[in-house]
Amino acid sequence: MAPATAHNGGTLTDTAAGARQAQELDRVVIRFAGDSGDGMQLTGDRFTSVSALFGNDLSTLPDFPAEIRAPAGTMAGVSAFQVHISDHDILTPGDAPNVLVAMNPAALRANVGDLPTGGILILNIDAFDERALTKAGYSSNPLEDGSLSGFTVYEVPMTTLTLEAAKDTGAKPRDAERSKNFFALGLVTWLYHRPVDPTLQWIRDRFGKSPIVAEANTLAFKAGYNFGETAELFQSSYQVRPAHLPPGTYTNVSGNTALAWGLVAAGTLSKLPVFLGSYPITPASDILHELSKHKNFGVRTLQAEDEIAGVGAALGAAFGGHLAVTTTSGPGVDLKAETIGLAVSLELPLILVDIQRGGPSTGLPTKTEQADLLQAMFGRHGECPVPIVAAQTPSHCFFAAIEAARIALKYRTPVILLSDGYLANSAEPWRLPDVNSLPDISVPFATEPNSTDEDGTPRFWPYLRDEETLARPWAIPGTPGLEHRIGGLEKADGTGNVSYDPQNHERMVHLRAAKIAGIVKDIPPVEVDGEEGADVLVLGWGSTFGAISAAVRRIRARGKKVAHAHLVHLNPFPANLGEVLGSYRKVIVPEMNLGQLSKMIRAEFLVDARSVSKVQGQPFRAGELEAAILEDLDV
Amino acid sequence: MSDTAAPATTKKDWTSDQEVRWCPGCGDYSILTAVQMLMPELGVKRESTVFVSGIGCSSRFPYYMNTYGMHSIHGRAPAIASGLAVARPDLDVWVITGDGDSLSIGGNHLIHALRRNVNLNIILFNNQIYGLTKGQYSPTSEVGKITKSTPFGSLDRPFNPISLAIGAEATFVARTHDMDRKHMMATFRRAWEHKGAAFVEVYQNCNVFNDGAFEKILAKDARPTNLIPLEHGQPIRFGPEGEKGLTRGPDGELRVADVADVGEDALVVHDEKRQDPSLAFALSRVATGPYEPTPIGVFRAIDAPDYGSAVQRQLLDAQEKKGPGDLESLLTSASTWTVSGNGTNGAGGPSDSID
Repeated sequence: MAPATAHNGGTLTDTAAGARQAQELDRVVIRFAGDSGDGMQLTGDRFTSVSALFGNDLSTLPDFPAEIRAPAGTMAGVSAFQVHISDHDILTPGDAPNVLVAMNPAALRANVGDLPTGGILILNIDAFDERALTKAGYSSNPLEDGSLSGFTVYEVPMTTLTLEAAKDTGAKPRDAERSKNFFALGLVTWLYHRPVDPTLQWIRDRFGKSPIVAEANTLAFKAGYNFGETAELFQSSYQVRPAHLPPGTYTNVSGNTALAWGLVAAGTLSKLPVFLGSYPITPASDILHELSKHKNFGVRTLQAEDEIAGVGAALGAAFGGHLAVTTTSGPGVDLKAETIGLAVSLELPLILVDIQRGGPSTGLPTKTEQADLLQAMFGRHGECPVPIVAAQTPSHCFFAAIEAARIALKYRTPVILLSDGYLANSAEPWRLPDVNSLPDISVPFATEPNSTDEDGTPRFWPYLRDEETLARPWAIPGTPGLEHRIGGLEKADGTGNVSYDPQNHERMVHLRAAKIAGIVKDIPPVEVDGEEGADVLVLGWGSTFGAISAAVRRIRARGKKVAHAHLVHLNPFPANLGEVLGSYRKVIVPEMNLGQLSKMIRAEFLVDARSVSKVQGQPFRAGELEAAILEDLDV
Repeated sequence: MSDTAAPATTKKDWTSDQEVRWCPGCGDYSILTAVQMLMPELGVKRESTVFVSGIGCSSRFPYYMNTYGMHSIHGRAPAIASGLAVARPDLDVWVITGDGDSLSIGGNHLIHALRRNVNLNIILFNNQIYGLTKGQYSPTSEVGKITKSTPFGSLDRPFNPISLAIGAEATFVARTHDMDRKHMMATFRRAWEHKGAAFVEVYQNCNVFNDGAFEKILAKDARPTNLIPLEHGQPIRFGPEGEKGLTRGPDGELRVADVADVGEDALVVHDEKRQDPSLAFALSRVATGPYEPTPIGVFRAIDAPDYGSAVQRQLLDAQEKKGPGDLESLLTSASTWTVSGNGTNGAGGPSDSID
């Protein structure tokens, strides 16, 4: 690409390409921001993928509006993708970006507040006209009023250069302009020494059916790359070397993909076909999409007419002997509550996956929150206990899904698996497990009568329990001699016949509670990442794992002592939790809600836990938690 | 699950040991008997037969069948049964429901099970009243119904279940009634033979809360005059002497006519296999309620791919194309990279990171 084209912006001097100094960085946080229609998620995704292949450790934070296309150029329509890459192992997508790529004034205005002084700002100046500035709510032009003086600003005419690059492809200018995200990607690819070929290959694969689009994107990408190399705008480029990660085969995975794969794996490990009944809902739909691809594993996916039918169909499949799953988010959990209650009464295995989002009601569909914990615990009528498993990182979603399936199958119970919008869309490198090391979670179906009448006739009692697990037999239709009827009416202990006997009801309530409580014998103790002499424990669950771990590292780097424990099992709690909590002077519980786990442990263990709460639709930053923990350390 | 022929059975084999707890004189008893008598005739296996119900008087039905069964929650039986039927195409899955269960709280699931054409036999006990909750009007009650919840008369217009099912793209739609066991058995058999979703409305008397709702057409002496039997390929006629019939008016509407006046050739010939639903729909509108000549029998029975078989075909196709699922290939299906043991890929050295 001829550097001359770059003169349109009027900010460049014409020089030949020269090798400039490449500066070494141990890590960098880049945020791509633009209009919802600008393709920022795709840009971030591509940058992430090549960085993963390059060998960096990384963590991402996509952040987009609920509207598919909010009015162009407005603050409401800004979509951003933050990626943290490093040469060592990292835990969060980064508290603040070092580099902000802003495709228009709204993207700048919405994000510049997060950019620390001295940060790099790469702007598509073609988008900074009077109208766009007004739309974004700027009363004066930030490029001229000195408000950006604290940053290193690169003004790049991305739209003009993209149009110029694509002019011979035959793409209409309107279409060609849409390739400008690839220009930005090319530029940042150059700036951070990322490999070029994987992206070029990806463009060929993705847009192969539309050669003009593929060509325009390719040329825009190359133009961006060459612009960086050729234009003497950038004093330096940057190297972030591959991370020193444990040996193994890695892939880059998002939480929802890992969770879907975990469900497929659970099917294989239990030797049961997977059945998903689901209704589309943000941010859970990607699990439905992913599972729908894997029909060769025998995975059946039914996109139901509503949330209730999604879980209903799954429950029907569970009765038929399948590994039954339903996936949803908060509003769907509300609707499924009655069927979960039925599953508790029927004592059939079922996995409800809740990808939590901001609530109440429709709330913040694309933003993260952890405010469904108490709903998972208590959100049904009657005494209706359900085991709860929570995933803590994107790759951990895989194992959490297998664990949820294991408990559901072994104890014949619905299990709620909690993830959230942040884990769902965030990605990290994952060292793939040896599939042979994954647990066998298969359980036998009942095949024979388990009781005899007084006259010696063999009889099947559907509610005769296993003494160890208190699980009832799983006798599936098609099994001769075990025909039986189950339902939501209270059942007589043992026979399963309808019973209104008061004593029997109390016994059954206790039995159902004891069955779930008894799972405690079957889950690992909570591990404490502790230090000798630490007297403050940070207790977390779910997606706060990365931020808490990073905050703990920072505090230790200051020479102070703190311990961290993170719960995967929230019902029942691990057997040693009470003892662990009791051995610290202070327990701090950071949560993206108003203190739900802290309420639970206060109630269960009489621990004076301190809740640290954040409900902004955004994950905790390590710095926020560091400050919060320090308050208790410095007393 | 095995392919061996079912052993010969009798009604007794299909009767569970549970005491039937419907009110004495309830129409549900005769429906239960019809089903229990039909099963031995079908030559099916008890273990391969499942009854799924929702909530309401009729939904107690599964407890009384010596088969697999599930008494589920209000309105959801078609959804639950859909999951079971799709997961287990080897089973005969029956849905037992009532007018409140399937047309009010569960209306959404009913129409979607029908449109998907899931392989289910759906038997709707229509008594035009809420019985289990002791007598409120239902979505099939006539306008002006005086009940506990409508002391001044109900205001809502009722559903016509047959019209609704046809509108929901049902491939098999029939009506029968609790006073005629033979007709019930024949109709249920047709439903069972149909591949896909079969919908049968049964006019059923609730002798406690809505006694005599169907008296005008189902009283023994009223039947010849007020029931219009539908027989595929036959001119539609009725009356004690067959003196009445249905003709199509110039506006397309079906009307009752005297055969003597119009001649036999003018009568509409029933065609349940017509893809176009207009005839079936017009038949469903001949009576505005169970107090005037009302068609019974099979309105519509067309061949269409059933959902479960289509699902099964996609699974087999995928397995044929991609081979059986392999976990390791799944996990490595996106781009992967390898970090070797000597750390050649990692130049960063031990980490002292704070993030």
